[in-house]
Amino acid sequence: MKRQIPLIIIITLGFMFVAHSFIPHKISVDFFDWFQDWAKAISPFAVSLGIMSLFMVHGTKIKRKVPNWQYSVVTLAGLVFTAFAGFVWGTQSGTPYMWLFENVQMPMSATMFALLAFYIASAAYKAFRARSAEATVLLVAAIIVMLGQVPLGAMISKWIPETSTWILNVPNLAAKRAIMIGVGLGITATSLKILLGIERTYLGGGD
Amino acid sequence: MFETISNFVAAFLTLSIFSFLYKDNPFYKFAEALLVGISMGYAIPLVYENVFMPYVYTPIFLNHKFIIIIPALLGSLYMLRFSKNLGWLSRYPIVFGMSIVGMSIPLSIHSSVLVQMRSAMLPIDGINSALIFIGTVTILLYFFFSKAHKGIYGKVTNVGIWFMMIGFGASFGYTVMARVSLLIGRIQFLLGDWLGLIK
Repeated sequence: MKRQIPLIIIITLGFMFVAHSFIPHKISVDFFDWFQDWAKAISPFAVSLGIMSLFMVHGTKIKRKVPNWQYSVVTLAGLVFTAFAGFVWGTQSGTPYMWLFENVQMPMSATMFALLAFYIASAAYKAFRARSAEATVLLVAAIIVMLGQVPLGAMISKWIPETSTWILNVPNLAAKRAIMIGVGLGITATSLKILLGIERTYLGGGD
Repeated sequence: MFETISNFVAAFLTLSIFSFLYKDNPFYKFAEALLVGISMGYAIPLVYENVFMPYVYTPIFLNHKFIIIIPALLGSLYMLRFSKNLGWLSRYPIVFGMSIVGMSIPLSIHSSVLVQMRSAMLPIDGINSALIFIGTVTILLYFFFSKAHKGIYGKVTNVGIWFMMIGFGASFGYTVMARVSLLIGRIQFLLGDWLGLIK
């Protein structure tokens, strides 16, 4: 029963939502409003699960003094201090909380993504070395699109920005459209598997 | 003075992350660990202010909508996830949230399938619209694995691969440009805001 009752709940509520999409009756709308209020009241507690998980993972590393356990102390100290700053001094501009965001969190996350520029260049080099026709087509399309976005492309030839626009509007559109249709069918199939109780991994292990 | 210290902290952390380009080192590990902690710590007060207060505290304690105590209790069952004996109770808030997938069935069929198909079935009035149609159909055929990709069918699906490669190339180009733009931003910060070498 520990698994069956949650399954009955998801099947019942899930099919009610399917019906809600097709029957815009007041009862259906009221039911959806009720669900939204309850879902919003439940959602902040999911964050507490994330915090608990982070504390358990890093707490265990610190307790067992595993290699590089010192960095777990940095993670937990950063978490506690930032949350503390937000609760004590508020989250408005000019507070220590926002200082941490502007001078610690934001520069680091922007640099992390900037770092990917180097690894993408390395991946492109490896793809080019593969010397397959498909990889060459991919790289030529990428180079034209990149050059089409910057003034240098137009300086080299007026055809580059035009070809870039054509690539984006014609073959790229066809690829995106087909992939979008596949994704839509995939979402529908997965959702049906959940609603019919075929997909149950979200329930976790145990009884 | 305060701005100088702020810039120094941001520059130190920026350089710590860039140091990974040489190899994994303690500076990078420190910055990485700090980023995880601070990102999580940043989310907590925001969730408290923007979700917990308006949807849990205010309805129960200020508006006296005591029915909200039930979802609040249901949500608190999340915390039993790590309990060996009571972990199964955490399934209730999970399935409550997951049931929204029922709504995603008509939504995804409409927005991702029907709308896209309708756009793909417009009258072919030129070479570009013909290419878009051929590209869409051949890519869809490529993902149909119930028939072996051999002979004429294999050649048709091969056309789909070429269309996909051009599409992936365009996405790749866009991603590279976005990352390079971030890289320029960081270099401008280091050379301008921090060192004052560029205006």
